[in-house]
Amino acid sequence: MKRILAILPLLAAVVLVQLLTTWTGTQFYLTQMTMAAYYSLLIIGLCVLMGYAGQISLGHAGFFAIGGYLSAALTTRSLVPFKEAALVRLLDSCGLLHAGKDLYGAELLVVTPWAAAVFAVLVAALIAVAIGIPVLKLKGHYLAMATLGFGIIIYRLVLATPWFGEADGISGVPPFHLFSGVTVSGESSVRIMNYYLAWGVLLSGLVLLINLMQSRIGRALRAIHGSEEAADAMGVNIARFKLQTFVLSAVFAAIAGVLLTHYNGGIGPSEAGVMKSVRYVAIVAVGGMAHLWGAMFMGVLLNFLSLRGVFGSYDDAVFGLILIVIMLFAPDGILSLLAGRKKKAATVQPVQQDGEA
Amino acid sequence: MAILSVENLHRRFGGLHAVNDVSFQVTAGQIKAVIGPNGAGKTTLFNLVSGALMPSSGVVRFQGKDIQGRRPYEIAALGMARTYQNIKMFAGMTALENVMVGCHLRGKAGFFSSMLHAPWTWGEERAVLKKSMELLELLEIGECAHVLATSLAFGQQRAVELARALAMQPSLLLLDEPAAGLNIYETAEVGRLITKIRDMGITVLLVEHDMSLVMDISDEIVVLCFGEKIAEDLPAAIQNNPEVIRIYLGE
Repeated sequence: MKRILAILPLLAAVVLVQLLTTWTGTQFYLTQMTMAAYYSLLIIGLCVLMGYAGQISLGHAGFFAIGGYLSAALTTRSLVPFKEAALVRLLDSCGLLHAGKDLYGAELLVVTPWAAAVFAVLVAALIAVAIGIPVLKLKGHYLAMATLGFGIIIYRLVLATPWFGEADGISGVPPFHLFSGVTVSGESSVRIMNYYLAWGVLLSGLVLLINLMQSRIGRALRAIHGSEEAADAMGVNIARFKLQTFVLSAVFAAIAGVLLTHYNGGIGPSEAGVMKSVRYVAIVAVGGMAHLWGAMFMGVLLNFLSLRGVFGSYDDAVFGLILIVIMLFAPDGILSLLAGRKKKAATVQPVQQDGEA
Repeated sequence: MAILSVENLHRRFGGLHAVNDVSFQVTAGQIKAVIGPNGAGKTTLFNLVSGALMPSSGVVRFQGKDIQGRRPYEIAALGMARTYQNIKMFAGMTALENVMVGCHLRGKAGFFSSMLHAPWTWGEERAVLKKSMELLELLEIGECAHVLATSLAFGQQRAVELARALAMQPSLLLLDEPAAGLNIYETAEVGRLITKIRDMGITVLLVEHDMSLVMDISDEIVVLCFGEKIAEDLPAAIQNNPEVIRIYLGE
């Protein structure tokens, strides 16, 4: 119960924001709050990887892009020319394809958003496994460089592949009907519903990760961070846990990519860019590395400000500056300054007698 | 019956023979000590046995299985626990959480059931918490349970590390200088504790510099010097072994 109760004030704040914007006629803010929530889903996944398992990734925009681009391409690129291919016929007979007309009345055959989303997230997970097995053997800045390399590859791939729209990206991505009455779409008529949907997804993700951190697995991850050698001697299979966490955070990033792409109705190459990955790392660092709440809060705040254009053309420069300042003056996150330096290692309320929850 | 046997173990670092052709056995239920001057290769020997280092050649057999070259987590799963000469606490975790990590191998909860906080993990979690608390009480540091382990006093950290190793419910416990940095009263306390651990049915292999402690509690002693075994005998015989006296006191 305690864990659910901890979420309640946040839930109240989410509702309050919606009511405030409605009363003051500023509902347009909800659009950026929705997008910020999806970005924050990626951030909390990265927080677990960096702060708890102690592995840095400068390639998470790549996983976001894999999720976003695959679902965008599959739900917009027509399969009509391949109609007779065995695979397409098989997919069609499984009900995974959707026939329709495009803007000019031509026949259109695309993958349904659900099938595309599941496929996109699965691919992201598989790529995370394939990349993770060799790369997670590296430590510190070697790992950072290797993941950076991965991010650059994904960026150049989407930029060079016609199927992914090259420099234009992909637009005209259809709404995603999750289940009856709930649709991921940027239409202003469903803005409030999408705001609650995004926050519902984010808070669910947060609860899952908080549960994880307070469990046997979470302790093992933090132990790896604390002393790899001792964790190994306690029977913790370090390579496997690092890999599983890497895949978990990649899946969070891919889900964020899928949902945000449907919400925006498109995706462009900048979403795969290295600067995006740096930004995510900067936000996790500001939040305090091993601090899920801080990471989520900073993820929402900074993404919201950035999306509102507060930083203007200096957007990327601001995040670079944030990274430098945080590393110099508050390596344990901005909240540690408020709480005083003593509490620097305080994490999600470590262990409490919570078995009855 | 030998729970651990080391046969012709070698480990070279470049041209240095840190452990050179060492063989000995540890009988189940005994306390066996490894002594020797600084640089004799005692800690290297521990690292070879626990899997932290790969032997250059030789055999390490634990409970009838050849374990040389296996990873530490695999060896831990077979029932071997260890402590470190320079304490390795899990930074950022409380004393209690440190001990709970020791229960890792006894748990089954995986990624998904943990994320969902699934009901079938609750019983396990409660049992781990209870067991860990009991161990902290056993070592008389129950009141430190919720303190960050790295902010505890040296002696307390040593106790947490021991509790963590005991939480693994090992059949063999390797203790690397358990009395280092402790005063004579604390050392005597550690001696009683190690005897107690042996009486719980856990075989103990320890490296120690404190001769009075070693002579008091050990059933057998191995003496290393420059990586080679120069003696293996009962404590009383070791005390009168001319070669041992020579390396410890000089000619």
